[in-house]
Amino acid sequence: MTEINHHLTESLVMGYAAGTLPEAVNLIVAAHVSMCDTCRAAVEAHEALGGALLDDTDAVAMDDGALQRALDAVRGADPEPRPIRVAEPDPIVPAPLADYIGGGLDDVRWRPLGMGVKQAILPTAPGATARLLFIPAGTAVPDHGHNGLELTLVLQGAFSDEGGRYARGDVEVADGDTEHMPVADISADCICLAVTDAPLKFHGVLPRLLQPLFRI
Amino acid sequence: MGMFTAPQQTDPCDSLPPAMTAGGGRSSLRRQKRTAVNRQSDSDREREQATWAALLIRIRDHRDEAAFAALFSHFAPRLKGFLIRSGADAAQAEECVQEVMTTLWQKAALFDPERASAATWLFTIARNKRIDLLRRARRPEPEDLPWGPEPDPDQAEMLGLQQETEALGSAVAALPPKQRDLIHKAYFGEMTHSEIAAETGLPLGTIKSRIRLALDRLRHAMDGKNER
Repeated sequence: MTEINHHLTESLVMGYAAGTLPEAVNLIVAAHVSMCDTCRAAVEAHEALGGALLDDTDAVAMDDGALQRALDAVRGADPEPRPIRVAEPDPIVPAPLADYIGGGLDDVRWRPLGMGVKQAILPTAPGATARLLFIPAGTAVPDHGHNGLELTLVLQGAFSDEGGRYARGDVEVADGDTEHMPVADISADCICLAVTDAPLKFHGVLPRLLQPLFRI
Repeated sequence: MGMFTAPQQTDPCDSLPPAMTAGGGRSSLRRQKRTAVNRQSDSDREREQATWAALLIRIRDHRDEAAFAALFSHFAPRLKGFLIRSGADAAQAEECVQEVMTTLWQKAALFDPERASAATWLFTIARNKRIDLLRRARRPEPEDLPWGPEPDPDQAEMLGLQQETEALGSAVAALPPKQRDLIHKAYFGEMTHSEIAAETGLPLGTIKSRIRLALDRLRHAMDGKNER
């Protein structure tokens, strides 16, 4: 397993465990956790906290006959068998992301953004947008800031910006204070999953004009 | 460790541990224990968590209806309270709790006592139902670990995890009311996520490293098997 240097923030881990995040953010968290044991353990720790809170919750009495109803329901319901071992993970696309693509990398329906950059927007509920980005080796994404949160998870290749170098499994968390110009490594094409909860602010006229067209 | 031993008899009503037969008075007992902080009550709470896990395993292995009834009596009213605080009305919450408890029965084989307490596992089921119910959105799950859960849980690992969870529960119960309310709100979806964990100083680091150790140990065990 590759070494991961850039992890989820505590608040993202907590939000995922609590179930309070938009779908697109859940997706990038699930994809990162699929590759990162550290964050998986952090999510499980926060789920344990959720369990402790459930135990600590003030009880509200169930309706009369609720237990009998439940017993009647389970008597007719067969328990599901213990799951068999899952298949080998895909080397690029983690399972939760494959669900949204409807397969592997070959099944992505890319749309060109110019300069060889391509994107594919994934279908999620409103609140945040998830997209796959393909950045050819050595290409720079225009300098941009953010109105909201931008999360970028590297699936293949690597990119660098003011925050450091991000390789497979690393996630960059950029917020309203971040201005950056990511540059893909020259060695390989970079494929990322990017999630935003607000439109990006591009500097320079052309990207700003393109923004509504490409929904960046 | 007797409570973890699979019962030999087939009548589910005979297979309950003595502590579980008097289900009605338990919640008032719990409230009292929270205020009387001493070693005795902490070890009671540990036993309690381990007992819930043992009951779940009995459902998994023996479809034990008495075990189901005991879990229902304890958790269903709490689940209902949780769902109502999360924005469901009473009828929705009632229905949702029924679904959660049916899921517990059907998916009991997925319960891994080395990785979660019964309360934690139920919380994750209820959280997912709540998202379906209130937000009609999906919550993608991480890819399963390639080696999956161990078929036979290690008793010491299991007890250790239940104790860690119990320590977390004690820490939550001991929080000043304001902080306790804050963290409840974060998990019930009444406010957006924030850095509450850091502010409240809950021992997440402890349980985190505990789970991490368990994962590492399992992974090494699997690596050993793969090399042969």
